[in-house]
This record gives sequence, C-alpha cells and structure tokens, in this order.
Amino acid sequence: MLLAAINWQTFFFALFALVACVFAAGVVFSSNVVRMAFYLVISLGATAGLFFLAGAEFVGAMQLMIYVGGTLVLLIFGVMLTAQERFVSMKTNGAEWVVSLVVGGAFLVLLVSVAFSVDDWSSPNPNQEKLGVVEANSASTVGAGLVGLRVDKLDLEEGDLQAPGMSGYLFPFVIISIHLLVVLIGAAYMARTKRRASA
Amino acid sequence: MQTEWGIWPEVAHIVAAMIPCVLILHVVAVGALVFIWMERKISGRIQDRLGPTRVGGAFGWLQTLADGIKLLGKEDLMPKDADPFLFRIAPYVAFVASFAAWVPLPFSIGWVAQHVNIAVFLVLAILGLEVFGVILAGYASGSKWSLFGAMREAAQVVSYEVPLGMCVVIPVFITGTMDLVAIGEMQAGLFTNWLIFHDPFTFLVFWVYFTCAVASVNRAPFDLAEAESELVAGFHTEYSGLRWSFFFMAEYGSMMLVSVLASILFLGAWNGPIPILSPLTNADNVFLNYLANLGGCVNLIFKGVLGVTVMIWVRWTLPRLRIDQVMTTCLKYCVPIAAFCFIGALGWQTGGFGVWRDGQRIPFINDMFPAHGRWEVREGWTQFDEAEGNDTSESVSAVGDGAEEPGLPGAAVVDTLQLVSKQDGGGG
Repeated sequence: MLLAAINWQTFFFALFALVACVFAAGVVFSSNVVRMAFYLVISLGATAGLFFLAGAEFVGAMQLMIYVGGTLVLLIFGVMLTAQERFVSMKTNGAEWVVSLVVGGAFLVLLVSVAFSVDDWSSPNPNQEKLGVVEANSASTVGAGLVGLRVDKLDLEEGDLQAPGMSGYLFPFVIISIHLLVVLIGAAYMARTKRRASA
Repeated sequence: MQTEWGIWPEVAHIVAAMIPCVLILHVVAVGALVFIWMERKISGRIQDRLGPTRVGGAFGWLQTLADGIKLLGKEDLMPKDADPFLFRIAPYVAFVASFAAWVPLPFSIGWVAQHVNIAVFLVLAILGLEVFGVILAGYASGSKWSLFGAMREAAQVVSYEVPLGMCVVIPVFITGTMDLVAIGEMQAGLFTNWLIFHDPFTFLVFWVYFTCAVASVNRAPFDLAEAESELVAGFHTEYSGLRWSFFFMAEYGSMMLVSVLASILFLGAWNGPIPILSPLTNADNVFLNYLANLGGCVNLIFKGVLGVTVMIWVRWTLPRLRIDQVMTTCLKYCVPIAAFCFIGALGWQTGGFGVWRDGQRIPFINDMFPAHGRWEVREGWTQFDEAEGNDTSESVSAVGDGAEEPGLPGAAVVDTLQLVSKQDGGGG
C-alpha cells in the first residue's frame, strides 16, 4: 500500500521545508510590501512547523511568538506605507540585485560550508549508541539551564562544570533586559518632551 | 507490518491524528452555530423582543442553519481594487489561527489533541496570529472602511496582548507549570481550590484577564474594528457568502477559546464546584474513568459557554468605546492593575504579603478547605526534604510507580494521568 510506504516524518519535513523555501523566495521576488510581509509570515510559520516536527515545542512556540508575531508590526507598517501610491509597488534596480546577490551568496556559501563540516550531520545513519534519550517535551530543562543547572551535562566532572559557559545565562539575560528597559524609558521620555516643546 | 486490526501503522497514525482535528473542528463550527443563535435570542430578550422564533420550532433553534444555507447561496464578490490573492486567503488565515489554538487545549484529564508541555504559551502565541487575517482582509479589500477597521484592530490587539500576557503569567507561577492539564488538575476538589480564589490578587486579575480577552477577540465594547455605525462593517465590509462566514466562525471560535482558557487558568478547569464524578478517576473501571472525564468535559464546556454568554450580555448592554478610550483602558488601567496583581500574587505566594503577626497566612477562600493535593501534581520537578536531604516521595510522586528518581528538574517527568490515578479524590 502506498500510504504505508511513505516515511511520514520525512514527508512532513519536506513539506514544511518546501513551504518555507518557496515563500522565502516569494519574499525576494515580490514587489508589494504587504505581500512580502505575508510571505515572510508563512515562511517563518513553516519553520515553526519544522521545530514542532522535531519535538521542540518551546522553540516552535517562541518562533511563532517572536518572529511571526514580530512580522505583524512589519505588516502594519507596510499597510501604513502603501496607503501612499508610490510605495504600492517597489522596484529593485540592477545594482541592488548585484549587491544583494553578492552578500546573500556569500552568506549562503558560509552556511553551507559550516553545515557540511559537522560530522554528525553528514552520515545518513548516525551511531545509535551515541544518541541519548533526552526529554524533549519539557521546557523545565531550558529553565534549569538558564540558572546553570545543565541536565544534559550530568556526566561531566565537577571541575568541568565550572568552565565558562556552564554557569547559566541568567545574569547576561537580566543585564540585557535591564538595558532594554532603560532604552524603552528613554524613548518614552524623549517622545514626551518633544511633544511638550512643540505644544 | 500490520497491526492486530489489519491496519497499516502509518495509516493508523494518520487516522489517529485526524480524529482530534475533526472533533475540534466540530467544537468551533457547531459552537459558532449555537453561539450565533444564542446571540440572537439573548440580544432579543435584552431589547425586549423575541428573537428568531420560526425556523426549527418554538425557539428558532435552526435559525443559524438557515442563515448558513443562505450564505452558501450568496454571490462571491471581489472588489475591483482588491488584491486577489490576499483577499481570498485572509478568511482562512483568521480561521486557521482560531482553530489551531484549540490543539493544545485540554477538555478533560488527558483529553487533549496534543499534550504540550508549554500549552499556555503556545495558545497565546497562536491566538496572536488571528489578527493577521483581519489586517490582510482590511488591506486587500481596497476599501477605506476596511483599512480603517483593520488598523484599529491592529493597534488594539497589539496593545491588549501586553496585559493579557501579564494576567496569564500569574496562574503559571502559582502552579509552577505551563502545562494546562497539570494546571487544571491542581485545582481539583471543591470550588475553593480554584485559582481565582487563591488570593485577593488572583480574584482581581481574573476580571482584568476577562476584559483583555474580550478586547483581544474584538467583541463589544471593544469592537472598533467592525463598528457597524461608523465603518459599515469594518474589515469585512467587502466580504460576502462563505468567506464572510469564515470570519464569523473565527470570531466565535476565539470567544469560546478565551473563555475556556479563563476556565482552565482561573475557574477550576474541568473540576465542578463540588466533586461528584471526579473521585471516579481513581476507579479501576475504564468506563467509570471515562464517565468522570466526560463529566469534566461537560463542566469545562459549560464554563466556556457561560463566559461566552457574559460576552454576549456585555455586548448588548454597553456602548462602544472610542479608540482613545480603548487605549486608556488598556494602558492606564489594565496594565497597572495586572502589574500590581502580579507583584501582589508573587508576594502572597512567597509569604511576603498576607501574613499575620504570628506568622500565619491570612486565610483566603483557598485556605478554607485545605484538604487539596495541589502540590502532588507537579510537572517535571522533584523536591528535596531540607532536613533530611531525602526525596520526599509523598509530596512529589514524580513518577507513577513511585520509583526513586534523581532529584533533578527535568530528569523526572510527571505523567499527569498516572498521578491523578494515585491522588485521592480531592477535598470535600
């Protein structure tokens, strides 16, 4: 029977990957800002689908919340801008094509070379004994890793856990969030003082 | 290769995946059928009329079906200035977002299409995508009324996601999990165990959540996106027929969704006010377990319908807010109240607030019948007894067979179903 002959994991991987790639190309070749933003939404959503397929639900939900949700703002600005006639269709000229091809192509070459340099990814049949059972369906490991409790590194010695990068990410996380808070307050303050001066 | 029923395993997997999808589709579609009829009857009663009376007998209960057949027969119009692709796809984007958010939502213990560890977060993430359909519809229609409606909706939804998220965080840190099944199970027992009665701050924040939920699904008094008297019909002005009805199904699906989420987070999920059927979850008989789960499912749907009824009641009672009033409600009232309740509930939970002179917690409704086993339902964690350094297995019972597990978070994973079968039938 045909249905039984298909490996459905591979099938859905191919489906989501195809959707992500096709609509990513659509973002490049479309000339309408709103359509571009919508294609970007579909492409990023398909990437989230790949994460769900891999069982990484937390990463998938984050992808939906941050990237797809962030594109919402892009879409809103797109709608606002294209209310004016000259932005309805944006044409790219030849020089922009050349520059973007060089930059994008260089980045693609870099990514591909890095991807093929990982030994574990090149073998079609990974060593089954090296694969450990990791509880992928729990976000608790992520939270515990944030405060330096690495559930995935339990087999390490006591001294190795003191190495840089093993002490958790809570401190840099807090510094970044405080920094963002300062930026937000500063932006709100500047916006308010400007309005008061003009009024 | 074949299973014992003579089915190929892959086909069995696909059939098993289709069953919850079809069931959820029926919750959304049949729900919309019932809610539209309810909306017409209730609005009629509020305005001192009868509402629909003819189709299907005494109460006009088949009115929505007649409406649906009428919609099927309508001509499918598209304006000349419309963006054809986006115009066609927008209703489906809205509907798919509203439908997909149901997937991680449990209806009873273990009755969930996909048991996700971070269900609360996933529901909020998907629910936030519904606004895409509205903005696309407003833009693609090529009509100024649609565009105004869509931009209003965008501003409103983006603003109200902030207090909504803050409200949802409070039950999450009280229960210590984002797993909706575990959150629901922690409220088992009498109604005093519901999280809305956990402390004064959760009682307050429930109403903030409900306000923000009404705003985020665009219901009156926050229905600026489709304000009939100002914008013709807002973002769906140019839609007709089946496409238009997809928007309505998405709206009613989201209304039910946020009501059910409110029930799970604050109102005891599938646990009734008095546990009648829930002790049967301990029974060895499969059919008695099934009966208990069915009772829980009926409970949850009843609570969800009650929430939708309140939304309908509010819609036909309150006048529509202006856009600046909507923003004021969000930024000057909902966000500060939610932040205050966040700090308050945090202090209450850690013992900072609400403590008498002699170190006793001020009793709130949650402490009246303290015989509930909330701390037996923990997901992904084990606790150490501080004095002895031992794994206190009676307060943790991380694994169903009670085996000793290494006391590390993430290493031991609770199967809520097994836990529930161990736990006694709740307080009362």
